[in-house]
Amino acid sequence: MTTLQSKLAQARAEGRAALIGYLPAGFPDVESSIRVVQAMVEGGCDVVEVGLPYSDPMMDGPTIQRAADVALAAGTTTDDVFCVVEATARTGAAALVMSYWNPIERYGVERFAGNLAKAGGAGVITPDLIPEEAQEWTAASDTAGLDRVFLVAPSSTDRRLALTAAACSGFVYAASLMGVTGTRTQVAGTAEVLVRRTREATRGSGLPVCVGLGISTGAQAAEVAGYADGVIVGAGFCQRVLDAPDLETGLIAVTSFAQELAAGVRSR
Amino acid sequence: MSHDPQLPDARGHYGRFGGRFAPEALIAALDEVEAEWDKARLDPDFQAELAGLLKDYTGRPSALTEAGNFSEHCGGARVLLKREDLNHTGSHKINNVLGQALLTRRMGKTRVIAETGAGQHGVATATACALMGLECVIYMGEEDTRRQALNVARMRLLGAEVVPVTIGSRTLKDAINEAFRDWVANVDRTHYLFGTVAGPHPFPRLVRDLHFVVGAEAREQVLERVGRLPDAVAACVGGGSNAMAVFAAFLPDTDVALYGFEAGGDGADTPRTAASISSGSPGVFHGARTFVLQDEYGQTLPSHSISAGLDYPAVGPEHAYLADTGRAHYEAITDAEAMEAFRLLCRTEGIIPAIESAHALAGARKLGERMGPGAVILVNLSGRGDKDVDTAAAYFGLIDGKDEA
Repeated sequence: MTTLQSKLAQARAEGRAALIGYLPAGFPDVESSIRVVQAMVEGGCDVVEVGLPYSDPMMDGPTIQRAADVALAAGTTTDDVFCVVEATARTGAAALVMSYWNPIERYGVERFAGNLAKAGGAGVITPDLIPEEAQEWTAASDTAGLDRVFLVAPSSTDRRLALTAAACSGFVYAASLMGVTGTRTQVAGTAEVLVRRTREATRGSGLPVCVGLGISTGAQAAEVAGYADGVIVGAGFCQRVLDAPDLETGLIAVTSFAQELAAGVRSR
Repeated sequence: MSHDPQLPDARGHYGRFGGRFAPEALIAALDEVEAEWDKARLDPDFQAELAGLLKDYTGRPSALTEAGNFSEHCGGARVLLKREDLNHTGSHKINNVLGQALLTRRMGKTRVIAETGAGQHGVATATACALMGLECVIYMGEEDTRRQALNVARMRLLGAEVVPVTIGSRTLKDAINEAFRDWVANVDRTHYLFGTVAGPHPFPRLVRDLHFVVGAEAREQVLERVGRLPDAVAACVGGGSNAMAVFAAFLPDTDVALYGFEAGGDGADTPRTAASISSGSPGVFHGARTFVLQDEYGQTLPSHSISAGLDYPAVGPEHAYLADTGRAHYEAITDAEAMEAFRLLCRTEGIIPAIESAHALAGARKLGERMGPGAVILVNLSGRGDKDVDTAAAYFGLIDGKDEA
């Protein structure tokens, strides 16, 4: 069982949803991003997605684009991502990597999987890789004992929900809406339907379904926790670091935001 | 190595290239485009409507012009120009755009988005949307809106909304990223009218198919004019749509050499280049596996070319495949070589080419020198240079009464 699987099982045993936070490695620089992750975990994140900053983030809105740009400008590399993963794992939270596919392919798929496992990472979320193109990744992640998290979307057909859920381990990432990352004033109505359809597609395997995109308040986290196994929040954390006049202020804001969300996922 | 006419395979692969590296949210829309095109291409009514537009609106078939004077500067080879510059809107782009606009209507969608670099694809898209009553939004890098201000005005005259993209390198690649972000949020009523033979399946095939007419016409015209097939076919390559346009009909003619000329910028061995086959490496970019300009960590490198339309750090996957198999050859042309050929065509033939197409002309000069007298070279003159007059005037110092250096 990966640390991701045990964290999600633990939340389920406690009768609540898990809180999953996202931050690009190296934002605002490598050392500081480790401190932000620690603040996220201190505030109550069960799982942290460490983002691999990429030059062409097609699925991200302006906030995460800006955060990734800052990380790249600070010189963040794939090896730095493993450092942040290692530090994340040391906090006791489960550490995942979220990455567009090209940096993984360029690094070498097997080498990436091996180094991530060595750093204590539990798995990888791949937003632009669909199972049909994932033969090499499936083999490498199996060998390294990593979870594979693919995405499903409100536009996914039932056939594709079944195919994608069958290819996932750890959890299925349900994109709450048709759109890019970023905060929204309301949780999309499409989210609950998608979670229900995805559960039907998993055919009672019990594979957790976690929801991301557009969740940025404790109330929204509570709402999503009412039907999902995990609540994923990214842009809200990045925004607090971007808005802070200095790192220390940002860390306080990040911890208190995580606390708000952690209370949300426990209030269903 | 011969070309497999069955390509791409069912999932859009050309050998190890192509495929579909796209967010799940877009897969249903890509499937819809693929299924609709499979029906439309076999539908006589659709084909008749498209053929009518190509003839009566675009002005096809485009002429084949023998460039006798220019040929004297090409080692004595005979250079024949396929005049896509004479099409309505001034480039080959209109062929693809009319087909996809009809497809948009067929899918019941009312809104079209597109990316543009030089503005040729944006202008063509805005034109087709005006004709067919479709809402039109064009994404264009802020840097390119400055380089191609006239085309921005042209698109707005045609009723399109032009959105300058102010993130990343502010060029074509960032305009494509932004168009994909729009598409995923508005896919219910929106078609992404992709402008080149790149992107996730089925775009490389769809765009190639809609441009097939270019090479098919040229093949007949050369046979009629010369009595045989050309020895070589030359085209410029950015994303590669005009090159696939003229190559596709010649792929089975294995005696016809195919040459793609990439934008070398300051030189393919310098960092200021856009020559992704000559200088890049295999990677995944904008939805397909292909050659990409990237660093050791897979981050996309900024491209450079004097030509906005070729200023793109990757290339369509079928070109990557043709380069891999050796069926087509790809070489880089520097900014300076392209501009010299640009001026030469203006002076010797009275034709102002697009700077993009000038890369193919410069390539034809090199081929002519190598192949010698008697060789027949077909060049796809993909666009006209009206949009490039500012760039050329600045390059040659023609403004304020200054003569060229």
